[in-house]
Amino acid sequence: MNRTSIAVLAASGLLASLPASAADADLNALRDEIRQLRDSYEQRIAALEARLAQAENQAGAAERSAREATVAASQKPASEAAFNPGIYAILSGSYTALSQDPRHYSIGGFVPPGDEIGPRRRGFGVGESEVGLSANVDQLFRGQLTIALPPEGGGAEVEEAYIQTLGLGHGATLKAGRFLSGIGYLNGQHPHSWDFADAPLAYKAMLGGQLRNDGVQLKWLAPTDLMVELGAEMASGGPFPSTDRNSNGVTVGTLSAHLGGDVGVSSNWRAGLSLLATSPRDRAYDDTNAAGADVTNAISGRSRTWVADAVWKWAPNGNPTERNLVLQGEYFYRHETGSLAYDVDGANLAGDYASRQSGFYAQAVYQFMPRWRIGYRYDRLDSGTTSVGLVKGGLLPAADFPTLASYRPQRNSLMLDWSPTEFSRLRLQFARDQSRPDATDNQLWLQYIVSLGAHGAHRY
Amino acid sequence: MRFLILLLASLLALPAQAALNIFATVPEWGALAREIGGDKVDVFTATGGLQDPHHIQARPSLIARARNADLLVATGAELEIGWLPLLQRESGNPRIQTGQPGLFEAARQVAMKDVPTRLDRAEGDIHPGGNPHIQTDPRNILAVGAALTERMAQLSPSDAAAYRANWKAFSERWQAAIARWEKQAAPLRGVPVVVQHKAFPYLEDWLGLKEVAALEPKPGVEASVAYLGTLLGQVAGAAPKMVLVAAYQSPQAAEWFGREAKVPVVVVPFTVGGNERAKDLFGLFDDTIDRLVGALK
Repeated sequence: MNRTSIAVLAASGLLASLPASAADADLNALRDEIRQLRDSYEQRIAALEARLAQAENQAGAAERSAREATVAASQKPASEAAFNPGIYAILSGSYTALSQDPRHYSIGGFVPPGDEIGPRRRGFGVGESEVGLSANVDQLFRGQLTIALPPEGGGAEVEEAYIQTLGLGHGATLKAGRFLSGIGYLNGQHPHSWDFADAPLAYKAMLGGQLRNDGVQLKWLAPTDLMVELGAEMASGGPFPSTDRNSNGVTVGTLSAHLGGDVGVSSNWRAGLSLLATSPRDRAYDDTNAAGADVTNAISGRSRTWVADAVWKWAPNGNPTERNLVLQGEYFYRHETGSLAYDVDGANLAGDYASRQSGFYAQAVYQFMPRWRIGYRYDRLDSGTTSVGLVKGGLLPAADFPTLASYRPQRNSLMLDWSPTEFSRLRLQFARDQSRPDATDNQLWLQYIVSLGAHGAHRY
Repeated sequence: MRFLILLLASLLALPAQAALNIFATVPEWGALAREIGGDKVDVFTATGGLQDPHHIQARPSLIARARNADLLVATGAELEIGWLPLLQRESGNPRIQTGQPGLFEAARQVAMKDVPTRLDRAEGDIHPGGNPHIQTDPRNILAVGAALTERMAQLSPSDAAAYRANWKAFSERWQAAIARWEKQAAPLRGVPVVVQHKAFPYLEDWLGLKEVAALEPKPGVEASVAYLGTLLGQVAGAAPKMVLVAAYQSPQAAEWFGREAKVPVVVVPFTVGGNERAKDLFGLFDDTIDRLVGALK
C-alpha cells in the first residue's frame, strides 16, 4: 500500500513539474484534477492504514484473550489441597488353615525374635492394613510416612517415617528417621510386594521378620556402568536382635555392598553382602524349664549377622509382561557371644553364652502366562550348638533351656498367584512347615492384596 | 581394607567425560538425541523396541546409568511412572530430579490426546496427562526434537552450534520425509481400523485412520475370548480393514480377531528397534507406512 502511494505521489509530482508551454487553463484544470486525485488517494490510504491498524489491534487482543483463556483453563482453583502428598492404602486379607495351633508357634533352636513371627490366626482374617503418605518436602528432601494398622487393634504402628535427600550429588543419598534397613534383598521391600504370603524363616529367626532402623542411612553409588552400591546405617537399638540401650551412642550398625547389572537383553542380576552389628543388653525371652515352670531368660553381649543375597531375573527380550522367571536366595550367618542370665525374675543365675547359627532360603517364581505366576520356596535353618555356660559348668541341666536345643527347621512353600492388574493380587499358598521340633504344620493361605491410590514404583 | 580404599579412590578419580551423558527411557528419544548430538553425546537407552515401556523395573544397570546422566530424556505423561521416580531417587543424581534442566519430558512439547475426563482405576491403565504414545506422529518428533536441541544446547553450551546444525539438517530431511510418507499414505485416509491397545491416536490423527474399536476392554486389560466375540459382532458394520498391534505386545488377541474378521493383522514396529527395518527414526516410519499401505492391498 505504501508502495502504491509513493508511486501515485511520484507520478503527480512529475505531472506538476511539466513546463507551462501548453494552454495554462488546461494545465490548471489538469493540476486540479491530479490534486483531487492525490487527495482522494491519500484519504483512502489513510483510511486503509487506520483499518489495518485496527485489525492488527483486534487480532492481538484476540490472541491475548485466547492465551489468557488457555492459561486460565490450565490453572486449578487455588487451594491448600493442591499440594497434598501422594496417598495410598494397602488392604489385605486371607483365609488361613493351619494343622497346628499358631499360638504355640516357635522356631526350634532359635531364641524367639518377638511375637510377630508366626501365622497370625486360623480362619478368616484381615492382614495389616497399611496407609502411606509421600511427597517431595522441598527441593532438597522427600518424605515418606507408612502407618500399619494391625487388625487386632492396639493402635497404629509407625512402619516407616523418614526423609531422604533428593540427590546430594556424587551418587550419595542420605536417609534419616525410621526406615527399612538396606541389608539383604527382601528386607528393603514392603511385605505386600513379597512373592509369598509370609517372610522366609531366615528373616523370621534372624531379624524378627524385617529389620527397621531408627537412625540414619548413607548410600553411595559408584560412577560405573556396573552398579556398585555401598551403604552404611547407624541406629539406636530396639528391634530384634538389638535392644534399647538407653544410650547416646550408636548401638546398631550395618554395612552393605551390592553389585548388579545386565547379562544380555533378557537377564539382569543383583548380589550383595551385608553385616548387621549390635550389642544387645538383657534381650529377654520366655522359656519353660525342666520342671515345667515358665521362666524369663536374658542375653547380653555381641551380635553379628552376615547376609549374602542374590537375585537373577529373566524375561524374553527383557519384556516381563508375558513370561518371566525370578530366582532369588539369601544366606544368613549369625555369631553371638556374651552372657545368658537364667530366670531373671527368680534364680537369676548368669553364665557365658555363644551361638553360631545360619539359615537360607532359595526360591523361584515363574510367570508362565500374563497375570499368572507360580512359585516354590525352600527354607532351611541350622541352630548349631548353642553353648550355655550354666549347662557346661554343671549348674543347670540342658533341659532347662529347651528353646536352645539344637534343631534344623525347614519348610517347603508352593504358591500360585493371579494379578489381574498391577494393583491387585490373589494368592494361594501351601506350606509344609517344620519349624517346630515336635510337629509339622501344614499351612494353607488364600489371600488378597490390593493397593489403592497413588502407588509408588516397586523396588527391583 | 586398603584395597577397598584404593578401589574407592580410583572410582572417584575417573575422568569426567566431555560428551553430554544422555539417558533415554525409550528408544525413540535415544535415537532422536543421537541425531541431534552426533558424536558429541553419549546416549544410553533404558528399554528396547520389544519391551513394554509401562512395565520396566528400576533394575541395577539402569540405576548405575542414571547416576551419571547429565540429561534424562523421558516421554513423561506418566508412561514411566512405574519405574522412573524410583530411578531418580536411587540414582543420587541431583541433575535429573524433577524441576531440573536435566529432566526433559517429551510429552510437554506436544498437544496431548485422550486426556481422561474421569480418573478412576476401574477405567483401566489410564494416564492422567493424556495418551503418552506421542512418537507415532512424525510431526511430534519435530516438535520434541526442536525443544530437545535447545535443552541440550543449554546443558552443553560449547556444543550448542553443533547440536543446532545437526538438528537443522535432520529436520530438513525429516520434513521432506513427512511429505513423502504423507503422499504414500494418502490411500489410508478415512480407513477404518481396529487397534489392540489404545496406542495409536497420534498415528490415526496424522494419517486420517478411523479407529472403530480397541481389543482391550480397558487400557492395559487383556481381552477375553467372549469379549472379542462380542466386539466382532459390534464392529462388523464398520468394516475395519486391519488390526493394528505394536511389536512389543503379544499379538494373540489381534491374531484371533484378524482370523475371525478376515482382516490382516499389522504389527507395526512402534518404536526404533521394534523390528529389523526400524533401525532409526526414518526406518521406523518407512516400515510403518509400508506395512499400513501394504495391508490395504
